[in-house]
Amino acid sequence: MTEDRPTVPEPEEPRPSGRARLLAALRRPWSRGQVTAAVLLAVVGFAGVVQVRANEGNDRYVGMRQGDLIQLLNSLSTASQRAENEIAKLQQTRNTLRNDTDSRRAALERARQQANTLGILAGTLPAEGPGVRVSITDPNGKVGTDLMLNGIEELRDAGAEVIEINDTVRVIAQTSFKDGLRGIIVDGHQLSPPYTIDAIGNPHTLAQAMAFTGGFIDEIESPAIGGKVVVTQTQSVEIASVRQPAQADYARPTNSE
Amino acid sequence: MIAGLGLLLGVVLGLLLQPQVPPWMQPYLPIAVVAALDAVFGALRAFLDGIFDDKVFVVSFVSNVLIAALIVYLGDKLGVGGQLSTGVIVVLGIRIFSNVAAIRRHLFHA
Repeated sequence: MTEDRPTVPEPEEPRPSGRARLLAALRRPWSRGQVTAAVLLAVVGFAGVVQVRANEGNDRYVGMRQGDLIQLLNSLSTASQRAENEIAKLQQTRNTLRNDTDSRRAALERARQQANTLGILAGTLPAEGPGVRVSITDPNGKVGTDLMLNGIEELRDAGAEVIEINDTVRVIAQTSFKDGLRGIIVDGHQLSPPYTIDAIGNPHTLAQAMAFTGGFIDEIESPAIGGKVVVTQTQSVEIASVRQPAQADYARPTNSE
Repeated sequence: MIAGLGLLLGVVLGLLLQPQVPPWMQPYLPIAVVAALDAVFGALRAFLDGIFDDKVFVVSFVSNVLIAALIVYLGDKLGVGGQLSTGVIVVLGIRIFSNVAAIRRHLFHA
């Protein structure tokens, strides 16, 4: 490149500067050279824009060489393999957690069932089921603790699961019977005749246990007592009275699995 | 004036038509565009030098594009397509830079 810096254009050499030539070309548009340049520049502009758009497009792999594509494919397959391993690991974790949840739910269900059973046994839960209602009238006031205990033992022997006296006292393992002034005292409750014993169990068996010869009914209805017993078998005995669970002060469970 | 309008027209046409580049042309188009740019800057420099000739411009434009495409094609066939393309771009880039430097001296005297 020659350094033709036209600081002052000499008048005897009318060689115009580049800038002047450009200005002249702008003023005089329709020369042949300009039209040629316009056509070629249009081609360049068109091709450039097309290429830019193609480059921006979604096909970024178009025009890549085979080696690059193979490398890309390899890295992709490695990545997908890694992702699959990850998926397998996560699935395993999920299965473990699900099993854990299942077994925990089963344990909870078992514990709840056990709590229900124990609640019915200990008298902390109300209960209902088929059973008998034994109504005892005692006009002479002769029915005492021993007769009552006999009757309850017969019911228990016949498989009564829940027993209640006079709709107020739930009979459980710790229940105590005592003779009172008028009637009997059960667990501190003064009960007076007529008595009602509700028992949940097989109604037929329970009724049989009351009725055998020399049994509870015969004893109550003997001339010495002079009472009257009515046994009603029913499909739905509702026992609503409950007991507070008793805290054991002395007894401790021994760890004998 | 007309030349600038032509460039503008080409850009607008490309934006409006949005043509798909045919697959066989895809490796050659970028190199061809760079080669054409080199020809354009060379022509502008020649114009400012006062030695512009439209015939020379057309011939150099076409030959630049064709040779660039040929080099890419040859490189692909020989298995050195990527490297050869890079080489062509570097050479054309250097030429564009020197041409632009000359144009700058003409226009700004600096």
